This record gives sequence, C-alpha cells and structure tokens, in this order.
Amino acid sequence: MRLYLAVFALLAAVHCEELFNGDQVLRINAESENHIQILKKLERDVDSGLDFWTHAVSTEQPVDIRVPHSSLYALKDFLKKNNIPFTVIINNVQEHLVREREEMVRNAKMESKTKSFNFAAYHDLETIYNFMDTLVANHSKLISKVNIGSTYENRSMYVLKFSTGGEKKPAIWIDAGIHAREWISHATAVWLADRIAKDFKENRAHVPSILSQMDIYLMIVANPDGYVFTHISSSPLSRFWCKSRSATSNPKCHGVDLNRNWDAEFGGPGASDDPCAEDYRGPSAQSEIEVKNIVKFIMSHGNFKSFMTLHSYMQLLMYPYGYIGIDAPDWPELHDVATKASKALNSWHGTVYKVGSIFHTIDQASGTSVDWAYLRGIKYSFAFALRDTGEYGFLLPADQIVSTARETWFALRYIMKYVCDHPY
Amino acid sequence: MASTGDLEPTHYPARRAAQVALHYLNTHHGSPFRVFGLQQVHKASAEDVAAGGRKYKLDFSVTDWGSGSAGPALRCSADVLFPRTERHSAPKVELHCEALQQINSTAQEDDAFYQKYISPDSTVSARDIPDSFGNMSEEMQPFWRLARVAASFIMLRESSENTEFNMAKVASITQQESSEEQLMLEFVVLLHDFPSQEIVQWKLLASWSPDRGVRVLQTEWQPRCPHATKPPN
Repeated sequence: MRLYLAVFALLAAVHCEELFNGDQVLRINAESENHIQILKKLERDVDSGLDFWTHAVSTEQPVDIRVPHSSLYALKDFLKKNNIPFTVIINNVQEHLVREREEMVRNAKMESKTKSFNFAAYHDLETIYNFMDTLVANHSKLISKVNIGSTYENRSMYVLKFSTGGEKKPAIWIDAGIHAREWISHATAVWLADRIAKDFKENRAHVPSILSQMDIYLMIVANPDGYVFTHISSSPLSRFWCKSRSATSNPKCHGVDLNRNWDAEFGGPGASDDPCAEDYRGPSAQSEIEVKNIVKFIMSHGNFKSFMTLHSYMQLLMYPYGYIGIDAPDWPELHDVATKASKALNSWHGTVYKVGSIFHTIDQASGTSVDWAYLRGIKYSFAFALRDTGEYGFLLPADQIVSTARETWFALRYIMKYVCDHPY
Repeated sequence: MASTGDLEPTHYPARRAAQVALHYLNTHHGSPFRVFGLQQVHKASAEDVAAGGRKYKLDFSVTDWGSGSAGPALRCSADVLFPRTERHSAPKVELHCEALQQINSTAQEDDAFYQKYISPDSTVSARDIPDSFGNMSEEMQPFWRLARVAASFIMLRESSENTEFNMAKVASITQQESSEEQLMLEFVVLLHDFPSQEIVQWKLLASWSPDRGVRVLQTEWQPRCPHATKPPN
C-alpha cells in the first residue's frame, strides 16, 4: 500500500495539474468495531483507488480518505448503507491544492522579500513602509499595522502592533526616529520588528512569554516628515535635519523639536522658544500633530506599562526626569533595571552604555516624551541614545547597524521581560 | 546649580570636561593616522578657583579610534580650567597620559601619506566625508582624521562648561599649494554641540607634516542659516 501510494504520489507530483479535480476527502467517524472491520477491508482492496490518509484503527480516531471523483458516489452510497457517518472535509482536492500552492508561492515571495531585505543598510521612508507591509503579510496572525494619524505634511504615522490576541492587554511602547537625523534609531527599529516576529515564530525566549501577557507597539518612524527631509540631499541642511517640518512664527525657520513638545513641564528650562533653534519647543505643548497623535493613541489605549524611545548618539540608557534634577520616586528600581539592561547590551559586543537620568547624563530638558510617559503613570519609561560616542555621530556607518540593533535588542528584551514579570 | 567636589563620572559635567581634555590631546598628538576618543571617566572633581573660574580634575581613559574597540586604552589625568570671564575665553588644559610614547607609532603611515600628497601636482578635493550613510573611502580616512584634529583646535577654543563638541562631518576638503614643506588643507567642518543639538559650520586652513604635526592657521565661522548673525559664543 505504501509503495503504491508513493509511486502514485510521484506520478501525481510530475503531472500535478488537474489530477485531482473533483476528488474529495471524506472523514469517517467509525462508531463500532464492526465499522472498523468494514473500513479495514475497504483499505485492503487495492483496486478501489481509495487513498487512505489515516488508517482505520479504532473508533477513537477519524479515518480520512481521499476519494477519486469516479468512486465518490459509490463510496458514499456504501457508507450510508452501512450507517457509517462521514463528512466532506475537502470539497475539491484540486482546487485545494491550487489554493495551497498559490499561498506557498505567495509566502515564498514574501519570505524572500523580507529575507532579501537588507538590514545592513539605511532605507528611505517608502522602503521602510513597504517593509512594514511585507512583515505584516508574513506574520498576519501576530502583527498588524495601525494608522494613528497624519503628520504636518500629511504622511501616515504607523505603529506595528504585535499581539497574540485579547482585549487591550497591558502594552509596551517603543518608538524610533523622533529626531529625523538619528538614522540608526530607525534602522534599529526595522531590525527589531523582524527579530520580534522571528523570535515569536521560532518560539525563542522570552518573546513568546512576553507576548502571551502583553502587546508590543513599535513605531519605526515617529517623525516621517523630518525623515523624508533628511533624504533630500547630503547637504548638512538636509541630512542633519532634526525637527518636524511645521511652519513656525519665523518664516525663515521650520520645525519643532518633537522631544521638547510634550506636556511635561513644557516651557521650563532645557528647551528653546526660538523657532530657529534645534531644541525649539513649539508654541505650546502638543502643538505638533505628530506628538498629538501619539498622545491620543496612548491615552485612549489606557493600558501601557512601559514607554521606550530610541535616539542617537552617545550610548546612554536613561530614565526620568529630564526636566529636573531630583530623583524620580521609582529611581532605585529604574536605575537597577537600566543598569542590568545595559549589562545585557554590553554582553554582546562589549559596547559600553552609561546609565542615569536624562537630567544628569545629557542636561536639563523639558517637554520630553519620557517625562510625559512617566508623569502619566507609565512607570518603566526609558530613553536610549544608541551608537556611537561621537566618532561618526549621526553618520554611523551602515555596517554597524546590525550589531547595534542586536545589542540594543538584548537590553530591550531584558526590560520587556522585567516589565512582564512586574505587573502594576 | 553646579556642584563642587566629587563628580559622578557618568554624568555630563565630568564628561564635558573630559571631552575638552580630549580636544587638547588631539591637537597635540592627533595625526592622519591617530585620533583619540573618550573611553570613560574614572574619577572627577571640580572646584571654584580664586580668579573666578572652575577647575576640573579628571582621571579618564582614551582609545585611538583607528584601532577600534580592540585597541588599548590609555590612562590619562587632566586639569581643565574653564575661565569665568565677560567674554568667552578658551579653557586651559594640563594633561598627562601614561604610555603615550609606547603606543604603536604611526610614523611609517604618516611618511607614506606625506610623500604621496606633498608633490606639487597633488590637488586633493572632496566633499561630504563621510556621506549620508557613513561611507568614507579608505583614501579619505587620513584626510578625515586631519580634519578632526584641526577641528579639535576650534572645539577646544570654543568649549565651555555648557558645550560638548564633536565633529559631525567634513563638508569639504580642498588641498592648497604646499608651503614650507607643509601639506596645506582647507577644510569646511560641521561641529555638533550635544547640549544644544546645534550644528555649526567652520572653515579653516591647516598645515601638517610628520615633523610639525597639525597647525591651524585660519578659522572662520560660517553662518548656515540666513537668520543667524553671530557665532554661538
């Protein structure tokens, strides 16, 4: 029987087209030992043309048979006469095969699209947006793309949602690219998206356990207008653009520092009210549509437990506050988590990150996203300043993207696991 | 607001002062094949001084960017004095690094580079080093390092307790006619100030030879935006 099937299968593979048109697969639910004996006899009849996918063994297990179209009527009649219940589980094997084959081809194309996606390169906005769509299509059960609103220049702002289901599970927020010129942050986030998907698919710790309890929201490009602007040319005025692209009260100067525009001690020291300054805070808190969109999304979700933002450069892992030098109430815990996360990061390539509050490691800064999140009760709020420490600065060579992303992942994974293990 | 006494080595006041010491180190020991970067600050303290300035005492380690993370770390100590004057004046640095003479000499590479470009026919000219993607040809690397060393003169001079400069990019390199057996290079460099996040542009004329090292002959601040009217300091 096995040899017969094998040869048949081989022939079928060679002449795959139209060989199974009209064939059905029936599932037989034998209810008695008598039924089993009948089915066994049927299986022994080699000339019947019936293809037993599973064998008649006991009444506990269904028996699946592929039935050639020409034998369908006769077999169904036979089963009915013997009172053996059955159902049709595949209505037309040929169609089914065609659909399966189409899906396989589609998947292979998608797989090769993401496999051939060059993570060791910097990509423009359109390419990153295409990557997101491919990733979602490849992992449609896990990942969805959420449009949280438009930018000043009317571009869509997308967040990738990684979720194994459930209603508003406690969630983790990660964003990159709020400062347009910090290209390593977007590139790292692209790699992270793929890595989280892969780790889930391959059941690699700790992603499955994290995602069983929490959702992850990853925003690869938080400032699309600015990012597009940095790609216009290699001129410093383009490539080193940092802010949003909104019009300001000064017609000669555009844009607001999106990381000074949050409603967290807005207006305090550590930001400028000169529209021409790089750290211009904007006319009012959340004046920038990009910030407003994120705020609205996070507030209406209402169940975020961690907020993390990726910047460059300086190799720092920071926690609140930025606006003031006093310790945040959760300082000992945040410092401990950040320290352990930086050690996890360091374990990969030996890259050294310094840990501390924004205020103490960079300078006083008001209206920052991390302060906003923390003051809204999102306890585990951290800001990363990725590689390097000034040698290339914003122009980090692309051959450092993957190692930067990987070491950053170790830190992020540590933090996410910690957040998961410490619900509040 | 500024603290006196022991400083947290990982916090910015110590790091900014150490960066000033680094600029000083590079002006003296930088070359087309050697630029030093800060690895970490081990100890730091600061005190107000009588003449109205602030003196930082630092214990830190540096690495040669050329050797990457595999390279040895040099231990240094420095006193960095930031004067407190009406108009900005440059910080004063006293620096000592152990084993400075013992690190691998780059004399061979320096000489080869010098011989190649000192010829009267040499007219090197390039823009955007590195490019937007961080790419830089191997041929340009020594020029990039020279620009970085030359820029260190400016960064040292312009530094205060409220700044932290790095060179973001070399906008252009134009070789000038050699003079007195010195390579003459005109650079336009972009400096990034970390606290303010501003990018400032400077044009400078520098000379270099293996014997005399880097000298900066002229510097000129360049406004990048139509609205800007004066240099940061």
